Amino acid sequence: MDLGKDLLLDMYRSMTRIRLFETKVRDLATANEIPGFVHVSIGEEASATGVCAALRKTDRITSTHRGHSHLIAKGGRLDRMMAELFGKRTGYCKGKGGSMHIVDFSLGILGANGIVGAGLPIATGSALAAVIAGTEDVTACFFGDGASNEGTFHESLNLAAVWKLPVVFVCENNGFGEFTPMRTVTSVKDIAVRAKAYDIPGHIVDGNDVLEVYRYASEAVARARAGEGPTLLECKTYRWEGHVVGEQAFLGAASYRTEQEVNEWKARCPLIRFDKFAAESGKISVTDLQRIKQETEVELEAAIKFARESPLPDASEVTEDVFT
Amino acid sequence: MAVTTYIQAINQALAEEMARDPLTFVMGEDVVLSAFGATKGLIDKFGPTRVRNTPIAEAGFVGAAVGAAMAGTRPICEVEFASFFYCAFDQVCNQAAKLRYMSGGQARMPITFRCVYGAMGGAAAQHSETVYAQFLSVAGLKLVVPSNPSDMKGLLKSAIRDDNPVIVFEHGALGGHREEIPAGEHLVPLGKAAVKRVGEHVTVVAIGAMVPRALKVADRLAKENISVEVVDPRTLIPLDEDTILSSVEKTNRAVVFDEGHLRGGAATDIAALIGEKGFDFLDGPVRRVTTLDVPIPFSPPLEKAALANEARLEAAIRELVGR
Ligand SMILES: Cc1ncc(C[n+]2csc(CCOP(=O)(O)OP(=O)(O)O)c2C)c(N)n1
Repeated sequence: MDLGKDLLLDMYRSMTRIRLFETKVRDLATANEIPGFVHVSIGEEASATGVCAALRKTDRITSTHRGHSHLIAKGGRLDRMMAELFGKRTGYCKGKGGSMHIVDFSLGILGANGIVGAGLPIATGSALAAVIAGTEDVTACFFGDGASNEGTFHESLNLAAVWKLPVVFVCENNGFGEFTPMRTVTSVKDIAVRAKAYDIPGHIVDGNDVLEVYRYASEAVARARAGEGPTLLECKTYRWEGHVVGEQAFLGAASYRTEQEVNEWKARCPLIRFDKFAAESGKISVTDLQRIKQETEVELEAAIKFARESPLPDASEVTEDVFT
Repeated sequence: MAVTTYIQAINQALAEEMARDPLTFVMGEDVVLSAFGATKGLIDKFGPTRVRNTPIAEAGFVGAAVGAAMAGTRPICEVEFASFFYCAFDQVCNQAAKLRYMSGGQARMPITFRCVYGAMGGAAAQHSETVYAQFLSVAGLKLVVPSNPSDMKGLLKSAIRDDNPVIVFEHGALGGHREEIPAGEHLVPLGKAAVKRVGEHVTVVAIGAMVPRALKVADRLAKENISVEVVDPRTLIPLDEDTILSSVEKTNRAVVFDEGHLRGGAATDIAALIGEKGFDFLDGPVRRVTTLDVPIPFSPPLEKAALANEARLEAAIRELVGR
């Protein structure tokens, strides 16, 4: 697959936006400027980016508690995301949702979700809606390895397979659910093999290689759009940070992984991988990459300023958007 | 007497009951490392057969607790945040709650479910809910809502020994609360309310984390000679109707203070009880101070506006006593 320069730069921009946003969010949450539970995706930029690059604007996604990366990759605005994280009225959900619940319908983002596994049936239903409405839109469903042990995973794959729904199930396997190593609570080494049980294609993908993710995702999206049904992609990746920002306060001296393991995965950084590819390909110059990084830094600073300066919601807004 | 936190009280109760009965065991997500600390160290004392990390599969492991209980063991099953019970509703409400009755008494169901409920600041709607009301009309369950470390220890131990399914609701904001707990064997029976403060003018029935807040309001109002009696039901099923009603018989006024929602909630249930069985004692309407009927919002000012709070309790009391 020969990828054009614009697409490559878009993917680089997406990964850069995720990396810089998440790093800043981690720091702001650590400094208590962002309240609540915050889960970041540093190290997992390529899976979100490669999948969303294969989607068109009207395609939809469902996301998870660790959802910032998916939203950014689908085109989410950093300023409105940051404002939501700050609990401001200008945030995507007017401050009602927060980090785990960001939604932007105009971009096909049906939402992050605080309930593990909840996105799977919702994505399946979103794909069903495309069939009923006849739109040919595809839905990509992000979830973790942990979520693949929920009943909703199995029920959704079966349903989507039986009805040949246009959905791509994307498991971001980062090796852990909270502090529990995946292998201690999961009967299979590779989540992708579970596709066999539902007679749909399942692929193991290097989740830190954005180009490989893009290739597999494109194929799965094309299949879905052609009415051939769902695909399960398992992107092998790793989260560099804790499960939740500030987890050391819970854990104390206890740990659930070695520093060596974390460092091994840092060496497989999706952005460094891309830099190397760019240098070798000859298509992209270092100045292109630097420019994108600088533009993103400016965008992010503006987003933080916007979030800080935006007003908090008024107490009277508490009963809006619900029947009481 | 030793000073103990709410979380440590849970840990002690679990360790003592597990030592007492080899057929007890603990399972749930991340119970080995223990995110909140309640099950910390149990793995070292009791080993991996009796302290089990589960997959993230609530319907599966909650259902497995039902089967294990029916087959003669005494599971203690942790569901992290109370909202995750929704993922296992059938197993709790159709299976655990009903099977003893439906089997004509053949099935024993000695399961203790533990979960963290309530708002703890910015956790948003799916991690902040007070969900015991959802179980109030499911016959067959017992519901326990401890408001302090000492009750937590004593009630949890009783829950574990009970042959019915019991859900113990731990408020997420109480984890660090500390107080002295009686040394030695400390049991608090299910179905016995506690009068946490004696007063004359108004009864406040406060539930769970609302109890320490009601006591604060009572302290403040005492300076104006408004005398508030605070009753902590401690268990919602069974409910100690006698203690609540005799308090209202004395004070002639009642407010129910609960972090749950108003519609179909625990406060509504208790207010109905007082209205029906305590009608002759009352000088005014029973007031309910609860969380608004909205999902708990994320943003701090909205969250504050949604939740039951001390200011609203105080206003309700003042209205009833006319001061
Ligand atoms: C139904 C449900 N159960 C448990 C949790 C608590 N929880 C939040 S994230 C998480 C781990 C999820 O693991 P995984 O799906 O692999 O995603 P990751 O966090 O690794 O990205 C758990 C157990 C939850 N939010 N919802």
